[in-house]
Amino acid sequence: MGRIIINNTIRFIILIMLQVALFKNIGYYNLATPFPYILFLFLLPIGVPNLLLYVIAFLTGLTVDAFYDTIGVHAAACVALVWFRVFFHKITLEADVINSFETPLWSEMGFKWYSTYILLGTLVHHLALYFVEVFSFQNILYTLASVGLSSIFTIVVIFIIGILTYKRKSRLGN
Amino acid sequence: MINSYKFHRRLKIIYSDENYIWPRYRKELLLLYRVLVKKRNEVVNMRNLWLFLVRYNAFFWFILFFVFSILLVVRNNNFQRTAFVNSSNVLIGFFYEKSNSWKSYLALSSTNEELALENARLRQKLENYIGKDTLSSAHLVDSIDVDRYQFIVAAVVNNSIHQKSNFLTLNKGTKDGVELGMGVITSNGVVGSVLNVSRHFSTVKSLLHPETKISVTLDSTADAFGSLVWGSNTDSRYAMIRDIPNHVKVYKGQAVFTSGYSTLYPKGIKVGHIVETGITSGESFKEIRILLTTEFSNLSHVYVVKDRLATEKIELEATNNDNG
Repeated sequence: MGRIIINNTIRFIILIMLQVALFKNIGYYNLATPFPYILFLFLLPIGVPNLLLYVIAFLTGLTVDAFYDTIGVHAAACVALVWFRVFFHKITLEADVINSFETPLWSEMGFKWYSTYILLGTLVHHLALYFVEVFSFQNILYTLASVGLSSIFTIVVIFIIGILTYKRKSRLGN
Repeated sequence: MINSYKFHRRLKIIYSDENYIWPRYRKELLLLYRVLVKKRNEVVNMRNLWLFLVRYNAFFWFILFFVFSILLVVRNNNFQRTAFVNSSNVLIGFFYEKSNSWKSYLALSSTNEELALENARLRQKLENYIGKDTLSSAHLVDSIDVDRYQFIVAAVVNNSIHQKSNFLTLNKGTKDGVELGMGVITSNGVVGSVLNVSRHFSTVKSLLHPETKISVTLDSTADAFGSLVWGSNTDSRYAMIRDIPNHVKVYKGQAVFTSGYSTLYPKGIKVGHIVETGITSGESFKEIRILLTTEFSNLSHVYVVKDRLATEKIELEATNNDNG
């Protein structure tokens, strides 16, 4: 249990640091920006109680908001992402897995499950993020384009991180 | 929780024992029965509601947190009040300052060059005052205007150009005299206005923000005023000028300056050059696209403009509104 908390804290710090120091400055105008910090929310242990999950997501969102000066926008998007996460876990995982404190890693869950999880979750997060940020349905095509392009960008970055940590993980396992 | 089977059986016993209690207390018993059934139904309903909430708790938590976040967004959009969670916060300002102290080395040579160029320009200006015969030029300098503006040098510790609404963080705060709403300029253009101030840091609403509007004028026709907005929302190098009347003639390459109407920026700071003039919105005003002189992607040092006469001007103008 203690190791899970420490691992997640380290993951949180590293991902937020990367987000605000590196990925914030990368982007194609404001059409496509990667937000790989959401990987932290994806990789929280499966059995975390719902309320705690929402509180963590909200605080993560607020932390990123503080750096982006967009108070509430990332918080709302993260909360939406967690809702999707709970729903997705409920319909795809068995009861004993849901109650365990396993981390839903690529190596643990298999590529098919993991990729669906990341793909849909990123889409939900970015949809919420961009629509809350724009706060209107004007220029909806432009907003959808940013959602699509940013999602691709984020997913690519998340999978690159996945590949890098996957190798390390399997070597440790052997 | 009342066990429903036992409950009904007990009532049945009371009813069936006709000789004993039933005829005498018929009315009272009926009343009691009704009250008990009502109580039981209430308990069952409460339990059902509770089960419903537990079953769909994820959804209800989502609604609660999401609405709270949206409230934060709306509140922040409507009022420019000092919120605790923004990058003028000490902790986050400190982080940005540290990470910037590394990044700034990369841009050191270009920053130096820029400062040297500005030095040269200022020296040139100074020559005009010193070298000239003061007898002939003394009347050109308004002593009120000379002393009117004070510039606070600040380093940019955080900057964004890729967002829909862009902000900067500066390493100067109330300690150094920065106040809410002050204008921010660089050596070669405008940057934005101060949005939040803490003791050591301040955040700036950049020109690259949909709500920023700056009063500008064209060089040759000092009687035409427009407002400078970002407009495009994508490219940090270009901006739009709105509200220039259609009859005013403009040409490509024409310089655009601040008008000095607001207390934010001194008069005559170069903002940019016109690159596209033919945009008409179908109304009696022109839309003009300009290339900004400020390089937002490469900001290192800026000046916060402190207008000594700001409060006086604002107070005087406020009296107009009272009468009107």
